[in-house]
Amino acid sequence: MKVTVAHLKRGERGIIKEFSADNVPLKLLEMGCLPGNEVELVQTAPFKDPMYLNINGSHLAIRKETALQIEIELIK
Amino acid sequence: MTGKQINVALIGNPNTGKTSVFNQLTGLNQKVGNYPGITVEKKEGLCKLPRGLKAHIIDLPGTYSLNASSLDENVVIELLLNKNDKDYPDVAVVVSDVENLKRNLLLFTQIKDLGIPTILVINMADRMERKGISLDIDILEERLKTKIALVSARKRIGIDKLKELIINYRTIPIEPCVNASVIDPDYFGNLRKTFPKQSIYKLWLVITQDVNFGNINRKEIDKTSGFNTKSSSELKRLQQKETIHRYQFINGVLKETLRVDTNAAKDLRSRLDRVLTHKVWGYVIFFAILLLIFQAIYDWSSYPMDLIDGAFASLSELAKANLPKGAFTSLIAEGIIPGLGGIVIFIPQIAFLFLFISILEETGYMSRVVFLMDRIMRRFGLSGKSVVPLVSGTACAIPAVMATRNIENWKERLITILVVPFTTCSARLPVYLIIIALVIPDETFLGFNLQGLMLMFLYLLGFGTAIFSAWILNGILKIKNKSYFVIEMPNYKLPLLKNIGINVVEKTKSFVFGAGKIILAISIILWVLASYGPGDDFNNAEEIIRENYTEQNVPKEELEQEIASYKLKHSYIGIMGRGIEPVVAPLGYDWKIGIAIISSFAAREVFVGTLATIYSVGSDEEETIKNRMAAETNPILGGPLFTLASGISLLLFYAFAMQCMSTLAIVKKETNSWKWPILQLVIMSAFAYLVALIAFQFLK
Repeated sequence: MKVTVAHLKRGERGIIKEFSADNVPLKLLEMGCLPGNEVELVQTAPFKDPMYLNINGSHLAIRKETALQIEIELIK
Repeated sequence: MTGKQINVALIGNPNTGKTSVFNQLTGLNQKVGNYPGITVEKKEGLCKLPRGLKAHIIDLPGTYSLNASSLDENVVIELLLNKNDKDYPDVAVVVSDVENLKRNLLLFTQIKDLGIPTILVINMADRMERKGISLDIDILEERLKTKIALVSARKRIGIDKLKELIINYRTIPIEPCVNASVIDPDYFGNLRKTFPKQSIYKLWLVITQDVNFGNINRKEIDKTSGFNTKSSSELKRLQQKETIHRYQFINGVLKETLRVDTNAAKDLRSRLDRVLTHKVWGYVIFFAILLLIFQAIYDWSSYPMDLIDGAFASLSELAKANLPKGAFTSLIAEGIIPGLGGIVIFIPQIAFLFLFISILEETGYMSRVVFLMDRIMRRFGLSGKSVVPLVSGTACAIPAVMATRNIENWKERLITILVVPFTTCSARLPVYLIIIALVIPDETFLGFNLQGLMLMFLYLLGFGTAIFSAWILNGILKIKNKSYFVIEMPNYKLPLLKNIGINVVEKTKSFVFGAGKIILAISIILWVLASYGPGDDFNNAEEIIRENYTEQNVPKEELEQEIASYKLKHSYIGIMGRGIEPVVAPLGYDWKIGIAIISSFAAREVFVGTLATIYSVGSDEEETIKNRMAAETNPILGGPLFTLASGISLLLFYAFAMQCMSTLAIVKKETNSWKWPILQLVIMSAFAYLVALIAFQFLK
């Protein structure tokens, strides 16, 4: 199964893998969400949506639908 | 160069303290206007430099990159690409935050590619020690080919160094620090061959953005023969490659120059976030803050408002007593002074609202609210970012509509704009207060004051209608939209008094001069319409009334009142009012209320003032108007005019009707079409009429 940012539990971390250019807004990349970077789930709102992330020191929140587009490799 | 002002553009990501730097450079020497044709705020100011030089500083809207995704961001590239613009900068100052240097440098490398001398400000330098950050400025300057000012705008450190750099802007190298064309050498090589005279990076921006710039036109580029255009998805992929390429460069540079000792970083953020974004406590705290804001707007501001009310009433009396009798005096005392009073009275509420909003924004808490509310609001077709406009709407719909700008998703933004006028704005308050005092008994029910309960119900009704109509619009509107939502969660900061003060003053000023003009104009027009009339009935009112009353022994005062109301009935406004009486009669109103409603289409708060004029009370004192209104009789049904039925009907009408020209004007501006404001006007007013009709017919 594809593991994405949406599968992270609070406090868990992962490394961002490639993602499809058409589904992810450029703005997200500009804010530091790039392949190879580490992402940590800081907090979620009820129903895990939106998700509050720490990507390499950049703190931002995205909706679950966007999080589902970003594939990661879990850091155990 | 002497004698000439240096044009400086301040550029930076949101939340980097760019505005603090701007405020430190310019002090109160600034002005806020709009960019021509659009409602993006334009902030500019003058800065005195050493050696008698001056700088004209323009504070551009915050942006994460030069790839614009909103109107505000377009402004930035439009200015930077147009050399003929009078504000085109001699030097660009990119403001960054030491804790987010990596992300902030992305924009810096883009600006650097434009061939403008660029200074890098690293702000919040006072936090470095506490956060365990150390920087090698010399190597950083060399690698980025720029000059750096380490600044702490809050503590006023480094501002003089920055001014010094601005003066010597000519010594700053203008070559780029990243070569963006390596992402597709063939494509960029081709571009260079076809347009040898243009800057490649500027061309690239023109190709990838959806805006036209001064002298370069995208269509021309596409049409040029021998040039291979790319599909939009190919372009998007290239933009992503560009971003990744820039970040690779930045990572390399920061590896050499930036050290962060993570042990030293004690995280206040995570401790605060654990509470403020908590699934339960987060909401409890948010609603507590909302309650506090409401308390401030309705309770604390009542003291200055009473003072203002009293001051204008006595001013009007003073004018009447001291100026020579005549039309001019009456215009001043009964038209202009009450008109001005009607504007000034809203200042305390508006100032309080913006005080709280700017504190919430300055501290970084507002992003947490957006985060908490997004999921709930999305169900109704709104966004987490709609919360701020909806809350602001309880003061005034105009700033609220303007506050929707940071909603990226057009459909969510449009829906927010369309439903905001349903929230109970402060202009409805005077109407509600007087009608409630008139028709709702001053009794307690289960320990609560009935009048207070009614007022609360009207607020909930406004908010509920806004949410409900958003839900309907979400189903009806067929707008294709790529929904995305990215918000930065900034660090918590103590608010800076100076920034908040300037913000409150600016916002209040824009209300007074924007909406104020209209309110004043309407009061003058109303006065003219009520003071003049056609034909004998108006001109000979005095004789006609005296004749009717010759036999009886009427006291002089009563006679004068009779004359005044006879005059009014036959004035221009009276004729208009009686014309629409058949339309408003089913709602339980007479022609006088009809006039008040017509004039309220300019601005709701005119209602009370109009009734005051119409009942020839002569003063705005609430008790007097109330007593007069209580004594009115219904022309058709007999009995008192203001009953529970007609009162409720009137309250509901004001709750739903779109009666504010200024809001319609701002909606036209923000949506760039007359379609939406006209729809708002027609649908809201028709709905208001229907609800008021049903309410009156059921309750009478």
